[in-house]
Amino acid sequence: MVGTDMTATATREPSARGHGSSRRRRVSGHRLQERRAGWVFVAPAVVVLVVFLFAPIVMAAWVSLLDWNGQSSPFSGDAEFVGLDNYRNLLVDAGLLRGDFMLSVRNTLYYVLFGVTGVTVLSFALATAVNSWVLKGRGYFRTIFYFPAITSSVAISVLFLFLFQGSGVVNVMLSWVGIDGPSWFNDPRGVLHIVLSRFGMDAPPSWLADNTLGGLSLWQWVSGPSVAMCALIALTIWASSGTFMLFFLVGLQDIPIELEEAAAIDGAGAWRRFRHVTLPLMRRSVVLVITLALISSWQVFDQVFILSQGAPAKTTLTPAYISYVRSFGDGQFGVGAAVAFVLFAIIIVLTIVQRWIGRERRA
Amino acid sequence: MSAVMARRRRRPAESVPVVLTDRYSPRSRKVLVRVVGYGLLAVGTVLYLGPFLVQIATSFKTDADAVADPVSLWPSPVSTAAWSVIAGSNPALDIPVLRWLGNSLFVTVSVTLGRLIIDSLAGYALARLRFRGRAMVFAGVVAVLAVPGVVLLIPKFLVLNELGMFDTYAGMILPLLCDAVGILLMKTAFEAVPTELDEAARIDGAGVFRTFWSVVLPLVRPALVTVTILSFQGSWNEFTHFLVATSDPDLATLNLGIARLTAGDLQGSQQFPLKLALATLSTIPIAIVYVFFSRYFMRSGASSSLK
Repeated sequence: MVGTDMTATATREPSARGHGSSRRRRVSGHRLQERRAGWVFVAPAVVVLVVFLFAPIVMAAWVSLLDWNGQSSPFSGDAEFVGLDNYRNLLVDAGLLRGDFMLSVRNTLYYVLFGVTGVTVLSFALATAVNSWVLKGRGYFRTIFYFPAITSSVAISVLFLFLFQGSGVVNVMLSWVGIDGPSWFNDPRGVLHIVLSRFGMDAPPSWLADNTLGGLSLWQWVSGPSVAMCALIALTIWASSGTFMLFFLVGLQDIPIELEEAAAIDGAGAWRRFRHVTLPLMRRSVVLVITLALISSWQVFDQVFILSQGAPAKTTLTPAYISYVRSFGDGQFGVGAAVAFVLFAIIIVLTIVQRWIGRERRA
Repeated sequence: MSAVMARRRRRPAESVPVVLTDRYSPRSRKVLVRVVGYGLLAVGTVLYLGPFLVQIATSFKTDADAVADPVSLWPSPVSTAAWSVIAGSNPALDIPVLRWLGNSLFVTVSVTLGRLIIDSLAGYALARLRFRGRAMVFAGVVAVLAVPGVVLLIPKFLVLNELGMFDTYAGMILPLLCDAVGILLMKTAFEAVPTELDEAARIDGAGVFRTFWSVVLPLVRPALVTVTILSFQGSWNEFTHFLVATSDPDLATLNLGIARLTAGDLQGSQQFPLKLALATLSTIPIAIVYVFFSRYFMRSGASSSLK
């Protein structure tokens, strides 16, 4: 009954707006009370969202057009209006800032490539294992795998600092199998560069060294993640696989058993059932997980702040960390805000791409 | 054998079966799959739980032992030096853990209470009350989900600075009350309550707030628990917001204190037992809540990570 009442109100409302008070008098006392209550009830949420979310974004947009050092008010006129200079220095004009930003983009691209791939594969494997292999202790394993995901990033970063130090747990374990581990957080060498030097390619060929893109030589672009970055990637994969496992579990439990049974009766083996029945049905979960992992990869901050501060040789620099350090370290809040907006744009584009892919799959 | 029997017996009760490999493969492969499966899960357990055990063990080691033998889970000798520093035994080290804990607790409790009130009021209004602009408010809340947190780092500082709330508890707490996930969670929960109840309460003469408070709210207790747990976990673990909202060491939360210590004074490989003891301290409350409410964590895990 209330359901129909609601649709009726929806159509009635526009006309009520036009007629004003004479019309409103006909509204029952209860409806009037409800309208007022509606706004009173949402008011705290709206105030908080407007003041601490929408207003800051607008303010930051303004500040990104200023040369502001964070001292006086950015609206007082003391700060110089520089137009799009901050964005230009970040993306177009050669200089330290663009160099740093391009490095951070390169770092993040490798972080995405290895981190997102790793976490997607691992969390899918965990979900499959937890979902089907084990009947006893299913909840127990799920609980264990999810635990790192709810632990604070600060605590986990401190822990990984210990695990990955020069003579730390990871290197001790590597030495058991005869591998001489690197000094993780001090090693700026790119993994691909290391691989290439194994094949005797220690110096870049001139076409890689001489051509540049965004101020970085192509040789720098193809470095691969540095050894230090690999430790960061390991941390992220470990810490976030539990969350994505849950996403995959939801997807796996949505698959009708009849489908798999039919395939099994038709004689399909476990691998073929997985490849041709499970995987295609999980495509939407996979797209969702990849997108979420991608989006969070562009936001890495806490771990960098605690583990490496962008070092060694800026190979763990990320856009978010640049935004923070430029603002609070160097007092260049205009630049920091501009970085934030470029980051925002990247993430919005990624979200739109995901929506688009998701829609195509459904059709 | 007996495991297979046990499985058969439990089958009717299990609502989530799918062990096709077992049912349609020859018996020898069943065993193989089972062994491999348990093997992988055992390795997984070591990988996922191991680091935490190392963390706890190391917090009871001496500095020298932690460096010399980082893998061992048995400290030799057992040392409580790190924990007694945390308890305040060494005033020379500037580690006011009690102050940090107090700040963390105060902020966490305030944020959780605030979110419970704001989320349930807004969720109820969006689910039940008919008022002009409801669609707009709802769209605004959904839009918030798309805003990545890190992008707001600098903007939040700007607004706190402008409002004179930098370096205040208000500045630490109020911005964290933005909780679109919680509002949507409460809205969904309220929508599952039959509307006849509101109707009945209204006919009995109860006002809107009365209906909300004494009739509908008690029925969405599971959602309230979820919001409580999410808020508790989120604000206890929060780091970046406090980093940009404060500079006064007296306002540092536990995580902020640890982070500043690790990235600053105790950078590098110094005093790992102390640092890991602090990390353990920061993990304990979350672990306790997790042990008792893991189901709520799981249920909301998906929605919370959308942030």
